[in-house]
Amino acid sequence: MSKYYVDKFLYTVDRDPELMRRYKEDPRSLVTAWEQSIGPKLNDAERSTVNSLTEAERNALINHDYVALFEMGAHFFLSLTIFIGLYDEEWTQKHGPLSFQLDFAKRLQHWAGRDYPSVAT
Amino acid sequence: MAVLSAVLASTHHPFYLKAVSMPPEQQIPQAAEWKRKVEAYRETLTRAKPDILVMVGADHFHQFFLDNYPTFLIGKAPRYDATFYNEEREFSIPKYVLEGHEDLSGFMLQGLMDRGFDMSFSNELKLDHSIICPIITTRPQADLPVVPVYTNIFAPPLPSPKRFWQLGRAIREIIDEYPSDKRIAAIGTGHLSLELGGPRQFGEHGPDPEFDRQAIEWLATGDIDAILKNVTHESMAKSGNATHGFMDLILMLGIAGPEKADYVDSLDLYHTMEAYLTWYPKAEAA
Repeated sequence: MSKYYVDKFLYTVDRDPELMRRYKEDPRSLVTAWEQSIGPKLNDAERSTVNSLTEAERNALINHDYVALFEMGAHFFLSLTIFIGLYDEEWTQKHGPLSFQLDFAKRLQHWAGRDYPSVAT
Repeated sequence: MAVLSAVLASTHHPFYLKAVSMPPEQQIPQAAEWKRKVEAYRETLTRAKPDILVMVGADHFHQFFLDNYPTFLIGKAPRYDATFYNEEREFSIPKYVLEGHEDLSGFMLQGLMDRGFDMSFSNELKLDHSIICPIITTRPQADLPVVPVYTNIFAPPLPSPKRFWQLGRAIREIIDEYPSDKRIAAIGTGHLSLELGGPRQFGEHGPDPEFDRQAIEWLATGDIDAILKNVTHESMAKSGNATHGFMDLILMLGIAGPEKADYVDSLDLYHTMEAYLTWYPKAEAA
């Protein structure tokens, strides 16, 4: 498990409009490209060799599965922000303001009143 | 010596500008009241006539990430860009450039080191909405130099509530010792109970209205003993997974000292309770 690397995915994609477009249109190909060329990047000159996604993490990212990501301990702020970026506009048009955020909360109701999975890395 | 002319501690709600700038027919029902309260709060800063703003906030994974996340950091730069692409996208917050105050930044950095706070520093810092929200609410002309202080309320393990208080106390001593005839205001924002990306997010009220009521009371009466007795990382998590931003309000109480606030207001909104507190340090009142 690499919570850090899942968070790195969310962080690097959310801050880049072009990556956000690709993550929305074709998540599988974006996740593949990210693992090859973006995830390992330490800076413009250096590559890191130490991190990789597990199959479960890769699938959660490909499926935009924010429930699974919450349960893995992905950071709540990164997860909320990126999925608002992907879905808020279309949900607002179809179902009204905050409809996506409220549905997101509803899908996590089984965690209400329990200790949440830790986001510590 | 410099004069600490006001200490402001409030929540930061990144949707404020969007909420009050929409066409009136699309605004949330509380928008007019919200704007009124924010403008009244702004007046508490204006009347203090500040020359420099010490601003406390927390980077929400904008410039800093988990490869290198500072616990406490101070900006020391001639100026600061502000607002990241994903904040413009989500909150419609405009970009800003704020002037820095390198001399006070350097004095503060050294003063904190001398007092046992081994601060990180940044000479190229782009500010996020934790600093820009209070600029929008309390100084929208964005015309004063700033000294930004960032804290980690976000990436565990976090410093203790007591450490936030102590850092606030140290910042106060340093401001009081700053050899200058300038008037300094300290402005910090954080949260009351807050849930992000969890089952209690975006409800009709904040996730723990009872904590919110109690927290405002503690701040308003300057009751640091009650705060340190009752508020732990675990208790904050029970009130909402992002409630740890309350520790920045504890820091601001540290700058003000264990004193009653001179101005207290709040607003119950969807998603969170808003709180607006101002202290005018005693030496100034005399």
